[in-house]
Order: sequence, then C-alpha cells, then structure tokens
Amino acid sequence: MMNIDQRPCESQRGGFSFENSRRNAMLEENLSKLGYSAPKARKTGTTIAGIMYKDGVILGADTRATDDMVVADKNCMKIHYIAPNIYCCGAGVAADAEITTQMMASNVELHSLSTGRPPMVVTVTRQLKQLLFRYQGHIGSSLIVGGVDATGTHLYSIYPHGSTDKLPYLTMGAALHSVFSLSLSTDRSGAAAAMSVFEDRYKPNMELKEAKTLVRDAIAAGIFCDLGSGSNVDLCVITKAGVEYLRGYDQPAQKGRKQGEYKYKPGTTAVLTKTVTPLSLDLVEEAVHLMDTK
Amino acid sequence: MAASVAVAGAQHLSSVSDLVPDWARQEVSTGTTIMAVEFDGGVVIGADSRTTTGAYIANRVTDKLTPIHDRIFCCRSGSAADTQAIADAVTYQLGFHSIELDEPPLVRTAANLFKEMCYRYREELMAGIIVAGWDKRRGGQVYTVPMGGMLVRQPVSVGGSGSSYVYGFVDSNYRSGMSKEECLRFVAEALTLAMERDGSSGGVARLAVITEEGLERRVILGNELPKSTI
Repeated sequence: MMNIDQRPCESQRGGFSFENSRRNAMLEENLSKLGYSAPKARKTGTTIAGIMYKDGVILGADTRATDDMVVADKNCMKIHYIAPNIYCCGAGVAADAEITTQMMASNVELHSLSTGRPPMVVTVTRQLKQLLFRYQGHIGSSLIVGGVDATGTHLYSIYPHGSTDKLPYLTMGAALHSVFSLSLSTDRSGAAAAMSVFEDRYKPNMELKEAKTLVRDAIAAGIFCDLGSGSNVDLCVITKAGVEYLRGYDQPAQKGRKQGEYKYKPGTTAVLTKTVTPLSLDLVEEAVHLMDTK
Repeated sequence: MAASVAVAGAQHLSSVSDLVPDWARQEVSTGTTIMAVEFDGGVVIGADSRTTTGAYIANRVTDKLTPIHDRIFCCRSGSAADTQAIADAVTYQLGFHSIELDEPPLVRTAANLFKEMCYRYREELMAGIIVAGWDKRRGGQVYTVPMGGMLVRQPVSVGGSGSSYVYGFVDSNYRSGMSKEECLRFVAEALTLAMERDGSSGGVARLAVITEEGLERRVILGNELPKSTI
C-alpha cells in the first residue's frame, strides 16, 4: 500500500507509519452513514489534580470510567504507580493511560538499576513526553506526574501530543472542546471546575491537612460539575519519607436513599379465581455443592 | 480505498483534522507573542506566558524563552509539543557539537539546526521559532525560523499570533543603535500591546537579556505592564 504521507518516489524514512489511523477514521465515517458505529475506546472522563505542598506532592483523582454516557467502572484506580517515590494520574483513554504508565514503571525500574540511582521525576516526564510525541497524539492519555526525588519535589503535566508544563498546582481531564455549544457536550471535563478551586485557595507551602482538604475539594468540584467524573476521591500523598495511598479518601456522591416504603400489603390486589395444576416430576439426580463462604 | 483517501487527504492540511479522533485534534498551542531585538553587545528577547487548549488556558505562566546553550535562547510559538520536542533535540545536538568544538557554539549554528529540523519536517510540524543569543564572532544576533523552515537574520523580529498586532508599532518605533535599557522598554511595550489585543496571548511578560557577561531574566506581572492611554 502506498504511504499516503509521502510522494510516490520517496522511500519510507523510518518512524511510525500512521496510514492505518487515517484509514480507520475513514471507515468510521462510512460506518456512521450506514447507521452503525465503531466500538468507542473507553475514556476515563475524569478529574485529576496535583499540588505541591510543604513536605511533598499530593495527587488526587475521581474514580469513574465512562463508556460514552454509561458508567463502565464506578471505582477505577486512576493514580498509577511508577516508582516508590513517583506516582502518575492518568486521564483520557483508559487503556492508553494504563498501558503507558505500566510501561513507564518498567522502564524506570530498569533505568534505575542501570544508573544505580533512585529514579527522578524529570526522567519519567522526559520519557513519557518523547513516547507521546512519537505517537503524535494518537495515544490519548493526559497525565500528571508527581514525586519526591533526590533533587526535591516536582509536579509535571503531560498532554497527549507530548507537551509538558511544570507548575505548583495542576488539573487535567479528558479532551476539552473549544466550541461552547448549547447542546450537551460529552467531552467537557472536570479540570476547569477543579482549577477554579485551586486558583481560589492555593497557597505555597501549605500544611498537610489543609492541602489534603484542598485537593479533595477540587476533585469534588469535578465530580459534581462534570458528568464524566464521579464516585469517590482517591488521594496519594508523596513525601521524602514515603507514600500514603488513600484509596476512597472521600465519597462525596452518596447513592440516594429511598424516602418511603413502596411495598404493598398482601391482599391489596383482590384474587378472583385460583387454579392449582401440580407438575408430576421425578427426581433423577441430586448433587450438593457447598459454597465457600469463608 | 486507501488510494482514494490519499488523494483527498494529502491535498489540504485542513481535511486532515477531520480524519483523526477528536481527542487528537485538541492540540496544546502556545498562541503567543514572541520578540527579539539585537543591540550592540547582546540581544533582548521577550514573550508572553499563555498556553491554550482551545479556549482553556492550560498554563498561564509558561516560559517560552527556552535556553539552548549558555548564551543562546529560543522563543517558541506554535504547537507546544512540537516546539518543546524540537528545542530538546536541538539542545542535545548543539551541546554535543560544542563539546566536539571545545568552544561555545555560534548562534548561527543553533539557528541552522532549528532550520534543518523545521524545514525537513515542515508538513508535520507547526512551529515558529526565533533564535537569539550572543557569540564572540558576531556579537548579538537574532535569527527567525518561521513555519515552513525559512532562516533569515533580522535586527528585530516578532512572531506568534500576537505579532500581527504590533508590526506597525515595531516598524515605526525601532531604531538601530538602541541601548540595552531602550531595547527592554521597546520589547515590553510591544508585548503589552500584543497581549492586550490578541486573545491567545496574555499572562505575564517574560524578558531576558543575553550578553557576553551572561544572562539576565525579568518578569513583568500583569499589573506592572506599561500603561497605555486607553
């Protein structure tokens, strides 16, 4: 098949070939004309956030994974392990974020063994941005990497195309739509809601308790104000001393309880006639399996 | 089917965006106003600090003045990912070259490395870069490498989406032989005017002066920018 990016007489000059992604997009377009739709990659919708406080970083995330407008996972883990002192929140396409971070964790361990030094946050960021840039945005994962290493405390955000920002507080979500249409936008994410909380209340060198509350509030803002985010708040506190992974730190969105009794008394519906027909069955075989209820 | 896609897709860059998934379309762009001026003994460079994803400001305190070597900087505009990747690659290449040479590299060499990359991959990249610095052979120099991969030396250069609004100001107010302080005021005023009018530029104004002695960086916060009459 001719490579569509190049003129006919040029040979493939190495690097990743994106032929098939354009073909796939064309196929999807044609499918929708026939009334079908291609299977959609599950996105995490998502609100993720990170801040630098007095002793280290705190990463936060919601726990909802969506499949279009259906919640696919009510309690997924979006804060991924990279190294003992480095964790990474992932937003965007769930599979991409998961696989990318797992691959990075392996690479970082190998690199650390090779150098004989504990891993640095900037190393992880560099490797991630170069990977994502190589795939030109087709790996749809937005990440927040945070950790404490020998050089200090660091927090980076990485976008699907491979750009990074180094800031004291960050929020990310799934891809944002630039067009503010009146109809419901499924891709509006919780990042803006969380950022508004940070911009209002962030101060440098906060104490642990205040910092945890701030991240919790930011993620809660995303959970309440974004359809793609929900369920619980997960936090991960990283300091020089170690890591505290607080899974299910807060559950702001409780399931509603029914207000009244909706059962009907026996006899509410009058019985007019009653016919009993016994079924004549012979017992052929009996087998008892005990369930392990330990 | 692939052949017919090729004919339709390859002609216009705009149709490419229809054929990629939506989350790949929202690229982080540096919007931007960047500027560089030569003076006798060095250069003054400046940039705004806004990075956008569509209508959302992803980073309001971006540093678009990226060091490539001790006395050579580049001002980045266009796609954030593309310019960061190019700058990292050129930093590596230039550092290696400088070690081989055992002397500080020329600004022209750095500009050439940028040009090579931007021209070779011109279809895939969206990057407008201004390279500026000081070297012993030619003193302060400004080279502009706009989108497409041209390379040309200019005494003063502006770039980015905000530059359109200040061409008139720059053309009428630039004089050759300005001092360092005059250049700083000139750049600060031009950036302010661009940031006021361009939606994709804003935040703080970052300035840097590169001379033989070294590097001096300044930040002008929003409320400290030079006031205009309106």
